[in-house]
Amino acid sequence: MAEELKLFRTWSSPYALRVVWALRLKGIQYETVLEDVAEKSDIVRRYNPVYKKVPVLLHNGRPISESLIILEYVDETWKQHPLLPQDPHARAMARFWARFGDDKVMQSMWTAFLSEGKEQEAALAETSEHLQKLEEELRGKKFFGGDSIGYLDITFGWLANLIRVLEETSSLKVVDCERFPLLFAWLKEFSDAPVIKDCWPPHDQLVPKFVALRQLHRSRLSST
Amino acid sequence: MAKDGDVKLIGAWPSPFVMRPRIALNLKGVEYEFLEEKFGAKSDLLLRSNPVHKKIPVLLHADRPVCESLVIVQYVDDAWPSSGPSILPSDPYDRATARFWAAYIDEKWFPSMTGIAKAQGEEAKKAALDQVAEGLSLLEDAFGKISKGKPFFGGDTVGFLDIALGCLLGWLRVTEKMNGVKLLDEAKVPGLAKWAERFCADDAVKGVMPETDKLAEFAKLIMAKFKAAPSPQ
Repeated sequence: MAEELKLFRTWSSPYALRVVWALRLKGIQYETVLEDVAEKSDIVRRYNPVYKKVPVLLHNGRPISESLIILEYVDETWKQHPLLPQDPHARAMARFWARFGDDKVMQSMWTAFLSEGKEQEAALAETSEHLQKLEEELRGKKFFGGDSIGYLDITFGWLANLIRVLEETSSLKVVDCERFPLLFAWLKEFSDAPVIKDCWPPHDQLVPKFVALRQLHRSRLSST
Repeated sequence: MAKDGDVKLIGAWPSPFVMRPRIALNLKGVEYEFLEEKFGAKSDLLLRSNPVHKKIPVLLHADRPVCESLVIVQYVDDAWPSSGPSILPSDPYDRATARFWAAYIDEKWFPSMTGIAKAQGEEAKKAALDQVAEGLSLLEDAFGKISKGKPFFGGDTVGFLDIALGCLLGWLRVTEKMNGVKLLDEAKVPGLAKWAERFCADDAVKGVMPETDKLAEFAKLIMAKFKAAPSPQ
């Protein structure tokens, strides 16, 4: 029985990476359709008319958008290698921290990356506060999901990439191994896990992209 | 009741987000203690139970806290699976659809509604009102597709998406009243207009939906407070 499964995504999106990891962890075959970062195709506009964004997962002709929602859909549709915990309270906590990651951690880290001077200092301080909470969540665990990679690890996975690029392209030290020993260890364990490692966007293309993004942002600021 | 573990909800009557878990608990027939927060002062229990955001609602189930209104609603559905109707649909695609629109409501539509009060000048106000109306038109379309002729987004009974949108009806009516406009217009969004009546009349909802007049008075109070003293919330 042929099942149609397509993932519309850009090559660098951290949100799309979550879906890629989930499908790979579950051993699911799918087709990738790469979209241009700037210009979204008509297909994407059709499948995600509200936001006109990727990633979009198309399963037997039905589109699902928003990476966290796609993750839950994938987990509910293909039961092998469960991503979310079974226990209701643990599930609630995973969903809670996922939102915290996207709403707070990502915001402050991006601000730290794009800004300078006092603004950057403030953003870094805020990021550290948020990371402290994640550090506490890792207590007694190898992964956020426990002994194996789960929903929350996939959700925070972008951290591993962004932190590496950030620390390489600036003099910032975002995750100090003394201050955040558990998070530091998790970054390595997660990044080196076989399925995860295979899917990272090419580092040598990602770094120039991030640098260009930062330059564009700063030039826009100075021209206003 | 005792075998389920103690159930408490920290909240406040005007909050649309607090209403969400209340409806979920009502649908499941779960008894709970409602711990009402005083406006302007956060209790120690709240600060301890939600140290990350320090916000209501917080559900305490056998002393374990669950925060964020829609996370709580899903928790209630997961924790009491055999009581009452299912709050989320059973099909994964329908669940994804419900979650998608609930996220849209919280991330786009509700902020567009609060944007009306913040808008300075007539033009900005009209633009803000238009945005809310556009959102409602999208939701009308979604209602048609999702309900498939049934009374609620959830089908025969109130479900996740009904709760997500329905709890904002009180504040929508206050917005209409304070701006002299009709947003939930039967001529423009007939499906939603009728759905709103059914939702508010539902047994799980009617006891916790505040009266529009009472909410409007409360709204005036907080607006006056914020204008008088620019204190942090």
